[in-house]
Amino acid sequence: MLNDKMKLTKDCLDLDCVEMVPTRNGFGEGLVVAAKDNENVMGVCADLTESTRMLAFKEEFPERFIQLGVSEQLLVALGAGLAMADKVPFIASYAMFCPGRAWEQVRTNVCLNEANVKIAGAHAGVSVGPDGATHQAIEDIAIMRPIPNMTIVVPCDANQTKKATLAVAEMDGPVYLRFGRDKSPVFTTDETPFEIGQAQVFRDGTDVAIIGCGMLVHRALLAAEELEKEGISCLVLNNHTVKPMDREGVLAAAKKCGAVVTVEEHQRRGGMGSRVAEILAEELPTPIEFVGADDQFGQSGKPEELLEHYGMGTEGIAEAVRRVHKRK
Amino acid sequence: MSHIHDEQVKELELKALEIRQDIIKMLLEAGSGHSAGSLGMTDVFTALYFHILHHDPKEPEWADRDRLLLSNGHICPVRYAAMAHAGYFPREELLTLRKFGSRLQGHPERTKIAALENTSGPLGAGLAQAAGLAYAAQMDDKKWWTYVVTSDGEHGAGLHWEAMLFAGKNRLGKLINIVDRNNIQIDGTTEDIMPLEPLKEKYESFNWHVIEIDGNDIRQIVEACNQAKAVAEQPTCILAHNIPGRGVDFMEGEVKWHGMPPNAEQAEEALRQLDELKKKLKSDHR
Repeated sequence: MLNDKMKLTKDCLDLDCVEMVPTRNGFGEGLVVAAKDNENVMGVCADLTESTRMLAFKEEFPERFIQLGVSEQLLVALGAGLAMADKVPFIASYAMFCPGRAWEQVRTNVCLNEANVKIAGAHAGVSVGPDGATHQAIEDIAIMRPIPNMTIVVPCDANQTKKATLAVAEMDGPVYLRFGRDKSPVFTTDETPFEIGQAQVFRDGTDVAIIGCGMLVHRALLAAEELEKEGISCLVLNNHTVKPMDREGVLAAAKKCGAVVTVEEHQRRGGMGSRVAEILAEELPTPIEFVGADDQFGQSGKPEELLEHYGMGTEGIAEAVRRVHKRK
Repeated sequence: MSHIHDEQVKELELKALEIRQDIIKMLLEAGSGHSAGSLGMTDVFTALYFHILHHDPKEPEWADRDRLLLSNGHICPVRYAAMAHAGYFPREELLTLRKFGSRLQGHPERTKIAALENTSGPLGAGLAQAAGLAYAAQMDDKKWWTYVVTSDGEHGAGLHWEAMLFAGKNRLGKLINIVDRNNIQIDGTTEDIMPLEPLKEKYESFNWHVIEIDGNDIRQIVEACNQAKAVAEQPTCILAHNIPGRGVDFMEGEVKWHGMPPNAEQAEEALRQLDELKKKLKSDHR
């Protein structure tokens, strides 16, 4: 059952009632608040001000906004320069282009250089929809994960994205903050706790632990409800910080349930689930199934039909749970 | 504005020869590294550290210091040697270059030494970082200048041109890009591999002020920086034409010395030649 301590919205599993807002909106709101709190916060964008939701910041703080045009490598390297002058730059583009196009600049100019740059990667995942594979970043976590000094946060809804934006503005060090394009359920509240590196048990259960990140966590909760009817009790862990991952939280969930399904809008290879598998392989070998793209690119379509097609929808998650449950 | 007299020029020329000798010793000891670019740019780094920059080796993190970034990180031996001579760290440490545990990494890392300013090696990113610094300084009305040394070869990188566009658009008047224009890169000459000329006109068309100098002439380097500082509304590019391997006759202008250190015999000969130049300079009464 849902964990009361997480203060999720009432009726959050009722799709007729739940509010739908893109996670990127939470970034836009959070950035304005962060900028009010800290005059060193800056916004830098590569020709995608509206769709990355940096527009509100630009309008409120025009003197702290920089427009670069289509120059994602510049976005990162120049951001590092701003950070070296004690600014706190949030650099925004689509995840495909930044960090996608600018990997080496992220590694050398930001992470090795220990520059306090916050990368806001919008339009991650296949739920970008009709734009197709070129714009659907599902490899971005994999390329950010192995870089030392990098923190990776994938919030589960717009509310949490706002909290994450505020939290990363306050911490010192490189961050990759990932969010999506499409509207998704808002199911956390202002009272829901959030701390970088602290995974959250949204639903308690005993048979299978579903460990997810991003907006698919809500679908994991929906799947868990369905599975309850079949007699499979699922724990749902919102594993929003992909790096540094909450090792204890992951191990506790796996230990309690004895089987794990990881859920993310990303390639199965190299994503959040891969890190979960590494932790379990090292300390607590546990049957595991991965929900994610299976070495495939995305394609055009409606977000919902794409998620279903790639096994990331509620039914796909439920199927993965049934499979791993049988392997226990 | 900081003018320079004949005596000062001579002092700096002597200093540059000493720094060149340290570079030879460092590269010999390291057994790898980049000779030609380091020697070619010694006069620029000497002029910067001993005459042009506002800095304080005793207080390296001084908030109002001028920032000097090195984009073509592979010529870091010259930067390390100039910094040691300026008093940032002991000269003995120079011989740890490229060794395990050394602060003097094969390509420079900002976090290892105060006032090293940037991590570099992968080419094309230095001007972008310098533009970020200069932009931040401009928006906060800071008095300090941002200098960046870039190589001609790295003008092949698209990122460098993105930064050129940005600096021109934003009229970063306190940004000075000194281009190590020695016409060589790893695989050959710049004009064979991917021609850059007319480079001056290219910069000018990007809204940069451009000064062409002999990058091995200390007076010209100082005067070019003075002139750059008088230009308020544009970033300045100083095309510092220099001879790679400068000061060692068998290295001068030779592409093969781009990424090669001297062996013991070559180092001995190089040090001898540099000693000769020192003697000649000392006896030269201008």
